[in-house]
Amino acid sequence: MEENKVLTPYDRVQIARMKNRPTVSDYIEALFDDFMELKGDRLGAEDASILGGIALFRGMPVTVIGHRKGRTTEDNIKYNFGMTSPEGYRKAVRLMKQAEKFKRPVITFVDTPGAYPGIEAETNGQSVAIAESIAKTITLKVPVITIITGEGSSGGALAISAGDSVWMLENAVYSILSPEGFAAIVWKDAKRAAEACDIMKITAGELLEYGLIDGIIPEGKQTLSAMRKMLFAELARLSRLSEQALVAERYRKYRHIEGEYAPSL
Amino acid sequence: MSEVFLLKRKKLDSLKKMRDSFSGKEEIMECPKCREKMARQVLAMKKFICPECGHYYAVSARERIELICDTDSFREMDAGLKTRNPIKFPGYRKKLELMRNRTGLEDAVVTGIGKIEGEKVAIGVLDSSFLMGSMGTVVGERITRLAETARRKKLPLVIFSASGGARMQEGLFSLMQMAKTAAAVETFKNTGGLFISVLTNPTTGGVSASFASLGDIMIAEPEALICFAGPRVIQQTIGQELPEGFQRAEFLLEHGMLDMVVKRQDMKSILAKIIRIHSGGKSVK
Repeated sequence: MEENKVLTPYDRVQIARMKNRPTVSDYIEALFDDFMELKGDRLGAEDASILGGIALFRGMPVTVIGHRKGRTTEDNIKYNFGMTSPEGYRKAVRLMKQAEKFKRPVITFVDTPGAYPGIEAETNGQSVAIAESIAKTITLKVPVITIITGEGSSGGALAISAGDSVWMLENAVYSILSPEGFAAIVWKDAKRAAEACDIMKITAGELLEYGLIDGIIPEGKQTLSAMRKMLFAELARLSRLSEQALVAERYRKYRHIEGEYAPSL
Repeated sequence: MSEVFLLKRKKLDSLKKMRDSFSGKEEIMECPKCREKMARQVLAMKKFICPECGHYYAVSARERIELICDTDSFREMDAGLKTRNPIKFPGYRKKLELMRNRTGLEDAVVTGIGKIEGEKVAIGVLDSSFLMGSMGTVVGERITRLAETARRKKLPLVIFSASGGARMQEGLFSLMQMAKTAAAVETFKNTGGLFISVLTNPTTGGVSASFASLGDIMIAEPEALICFAGPRVIQQTIGQELPEGFQRAEFLLEHGMLDMVVKRQDMKSILAKIIRIHSGGKSVK
C-alpha cells in the first residue's frame, strides 16, 4: 500500500494491463461455486471475449458476465484480447434477460481495452449492440454489481458496467477511452498517453472522490476477502429493495451521477 | 506585421460587405464537392442541399429546427446550462467560449418543444459545428431532460444526432452521459413513448452507441457516416482497405441497422406521418 502512493496514473494503466493479472475466470473460480458457462447470442454467433454463466454465491444463484482476457497469446487471440464484438454484447443482453426472468442478481467483471474496431463488428451493428447492452443493464429489474478489475475503456466497458454498485480494484483504471486513443484525439499523438493519464482522471482514487464509483477493493492478499465481503453486503442491501425501488434508485444514480459537477445555469 | 495583417483584414471585410450588399446576404458557402458558391440564405431555401451536385451541407441545430418544425412553433428548454468543467481540462473553458462566440450556441445541442405538421413533439438537435457535436455533461443533461419532459407530457421524442461521440474534455463524466441518456430514453420508451432517432452526418462513437441507436424508429439522412469506431481507427487496426460505402447510411440500411434512409426534403413529412400513425385510433373504423 505504501509504495502505491507514488504510482502515477500511467503506472496503474501498465499494472491494469499486466499479463499475469487475474482474469475473470480466476475471480469466478475463487468467489463462486458451481459456475457453469452459458454460450451464444442465439442470433448466430458465440463471442468468447465475453464470459457468461450462472453460479452460486454463498448459496445464492447469480448470473456472472465479464470481459475475458487470456494469459497466453493463444488464449488472447481466442478472446480477442478482451475486445468485444456485437455478438458478445448480445450474449450479455441475453444472459441479463435470463437473470431477470429467474430473479438472479447479475455480477459483471470489466476488463477491456475497448470494443473491437473491426469491419465485421461495425457491419453487424457495434453501436446498436453496445447501446442496447447499456440500456438493458441500466433498466434491469434485478441487482447489478460491477467490479472493474483491469482496464475499463470506453463504450466497450460501459456496455456491462452501469451497475447499481460499481467497484474498482485499487490499480484498475476506468476511462472514456484508452489513454492512447484519448491522446490521439486530443493531440493527434497517441504517444502522449502518459500525459493523457495525468489529466483524464482514470484511477480508482480519483473516481471515488468524484463519486463516479462506489468503492475500491484493495489489491494483495486481502483482495478476494474484500470482494466477498463487498458482494455479500451489496447483494444483501440491493436484494431488500423492491423491483420498482431498485430500478428507480439506479435511474436516480445515473440521472445525478455528476454530483456537484452537474451542469448549471 | 500586425498592421499589414489588419489592413488586409479590413480590405477583406470591406470586400465581403460589398459582396453581401449585392446579394443582400451575409455568408457565402462553397460546396465541398463541386465548389459551387452560394449565399447561405439561398442555400437555406434549398434545405442546405447543393442544387448543382446534391451534396448535403451540415445543418446547424437552429437551421434544422427551422427545416423540421412548423414556423414559430419551437420553444427552447433548458437554455443556459453550462458545464462545470469537471476534470478541469486545460484550456477547455477558453475553447468553449470560442465555440460559443463562433456558433451562437451554448453547447452542442438545442432542445425544446415544437410542432411538426401540427403534431406536438419534444425535439432535440445536436450541432456538429460545436466541438464536433460531442456529448459532455450539458448535452447529456439536456437530452435526459428532453426525454423526461416527453414522458411527462406524453409527447413523441425526436432527436437529430450529429456527433463525433463522447466529449474527451469531460473524461469519465462524458462516458456516464451514455448511461444517463440511455436510461432516460429507455425509460421513456418503456412507458409507451415513441422515440424517433434521426442520424445525420456524422453520428459516431459514444452518441451512436447510446441514445441515438435506441430509437423505436431509426432513420438516417443519405450518405451519413454512422459508426462506433471511425474509418481511420479501423483502417489503422486492420491495415486493409475498407469496403465501398462502408459505415454510410445506405450500408447500415442494407445490414439491418436502420428502418429507412430519408432525403432531407422528405424528412418533415415522413416524421409527421410516423407520429400520426402512433397517435391515431386503436381500433378499425
